[in-house]
Amino acid sequence: MRDHFIQCLGELVQQDPNILLITGDLGFGVFNDFRENYPDNFINVGVAEQQMTGLATGLALEGKTTFTYSIANFATLRCLEQIRNDAAYHGANVNVVCIGGGFSYGALGISHHATEDLAILRSIPDITVVAPCGYWETMAATAAIAQEPGTAYLRLDKSAGDDSAISDGESFRLGCARILHSGTDCTIITAGGILEEVQKAAAELSSKNIAARVISMHTIKPIDVETVLTAATETNALITVEEHTVNGGLGSAVLEVLADHEQFTRVLRIGLEGGFSSIVGSQQYLRQQYKLDAASIAQRTIEFLEQ
Amino acid sequence: MLLKRSLPFTVTTRKYNYMSAAQELAKKVRIHALKMANSGGGSHIGSALSIADILAVLYAEILHLDPKNPKLEQRDRFVLSKGHAGAALYATLAETGFFPISKLATHYQDGSDLCGHVSHKGIPGVEVSTGSLGHGLSLATGMALAAKIDQKKHRIFTLLSDGECDEGSTWEAVLFAAHHHLDNLSAIIDYNKIQSLDTVADTLELEPLADKWRSFGWQVQEVDGHNHQQLQSDLSALPLESGCPSVIICHTVKGKGVSFMENTVLWHYRVPRGEEFATALQELEDS
Repeated sequence: MRDHFIQCLGELVQQDPNILLITGDLGFGVFNDFRENYPDNFINVGVAEQQMTGLATGLALEGKTTFTYSIANFATLRCLEQIRNDAAYHGANVNVVCIGGGFSYGALGISHHATEDLAILRSIPDITVVAPCGYWETMAATAAIAQEPGTAYLRLDKSAGDDSAISDGESFRLGCARILHSGTDCTIITAGGILEEVQKAAAELSSKNIAARVISMHTIKPIDVETVLTAATETNALITVEEHTVNGGLGSAVLEVLADHEQFTRVLRIGLEGGFSSIVGSQQYLRQQYKLDAASIAQRTIEFLEQ
Repeated sequence: MLLKRSLPFTVTTRKYNYMSAAQELAKKVRIHALKMANSGGGSHIGSALSIADILAVLYAEILHLDPKNPKLEQRDRFVLSKGHAGAALYATLAETGFFPISKLATHYQDGSDLCGHVSHKGIPGVEVSTGSLGHGLSLATGMALAAKIDQKKHRIFTLLSDGECDEGSTWEAVLFAAHHHLDNLSAIIDYNKIQSLDTVADTLELEPLADKWRSFGWQVQEVDGHNHQQLQSDLSALPLESGCPSVIICHTVKGKGVSFMENTVLWHYRVPRGEEFATALQELEDS
């Protein structure tokens, strides 16, 4: 996703030289071409995330479109107050980009596990929260948040599902979920690269004659209310899957939609439940460890549907 | 009509002293801030009195602004980083024609957009909202860098408290501004040497403050923050050196203008009521 993001950003800069990429001294090897081709659009502020975000806001208030960039929680939690008070409250076009959603940097330990960011960021007013499920959505979302006035959070992931365009010329819209696979027995709603596990799980369910609808809820805020309600009406159960705590993230957002509309469909939230992970490992390993892998998702879905 | 050096204040004769437009503005700002703290029950009167002279000189004599066109593209940008002294800024803006003076009475009141800590929403002339310390200088670096990129000539000023020099984020911005040679950026420090619970010296020593900024690559000037002539002279001379950001360290007195508030920790938070309010008001009006 990172490479697709930077590729897209380069294309955007060609069209609009007012776009600036500001990194907190991260992105080794990733930004070489961008930096070489667009030196005037690249700023490395050093290891200073608060400055990165305040600077981005000041630039945005003067008409620039800014992207701040760091890994895991550094782009968000370290400078959360600057995101809230400076960027969001002023409606500044500051796009906070985190590479390393979930367990992307699983081997590095809890400092690098971005597993509460969606909950925290979506609670802040006037922020669009996007977690693309694959490369297509990453590029489309990058362009969309650049054009959209106001503040956005873009959560990128090392992994990616197959989120390629559903039809020729499909247009991406923030806040409009995408149905990647049709089905009526249940609906799996997901966000982020963990779509790859969901798609494998859906294939396994299909082999057992369970037709699962798969929805990419790439925009967690504002959430696509209509698509959630339609799925709740048309299928027997909703399963939310996120590489994130179950508290306050995608699953919670879906439950809020259902409760607000008095739509009491059965919901299984699959995510992290056990607190911090003090063990490390690859993204794949940690997904298995915490039952977020395809086999676990399929198994838990079957058990839930049988209850 | 542009504000710079053209405020329509009358010059009054007081015995043998002339009161300049800035001095008259500072006096009005102090009186407004005191009344606002009294009627709204607001804190930080000491902080507001501390910066009244700085604001008055800036708005009467330095900043290039148009109260009738607050978003004028080529305006100078002023960021009040010490947002808790917002009453003084609101009073300054009202007195210089950005919004009606009558609006000041809504400060701290239910439903008012005149927040205790300065907010830009609905308030002409307020560039940004602050209130959490250590944000203003970073915002100002963004504005300054944008002006450099766009080759614009306006200047960016930000007024910091001494307490917010405790914040790590302030020093992140200090490093950045020097590295990027933002000589269109000037920081002004209200160095009254009193924080919310104690003196600066007993809380977290900042000395040698000027040397710290200097060693970070800034040009430094120290000034009596209540001496209008010195303030006018130094603020007019910015940038102190081409290619470097400038900082004016203003030695000030917290609570300046009210004898029993001056240099006291108590009046960081205490609300002026009853006899104290009346005495304070009398002192300011007699000044």
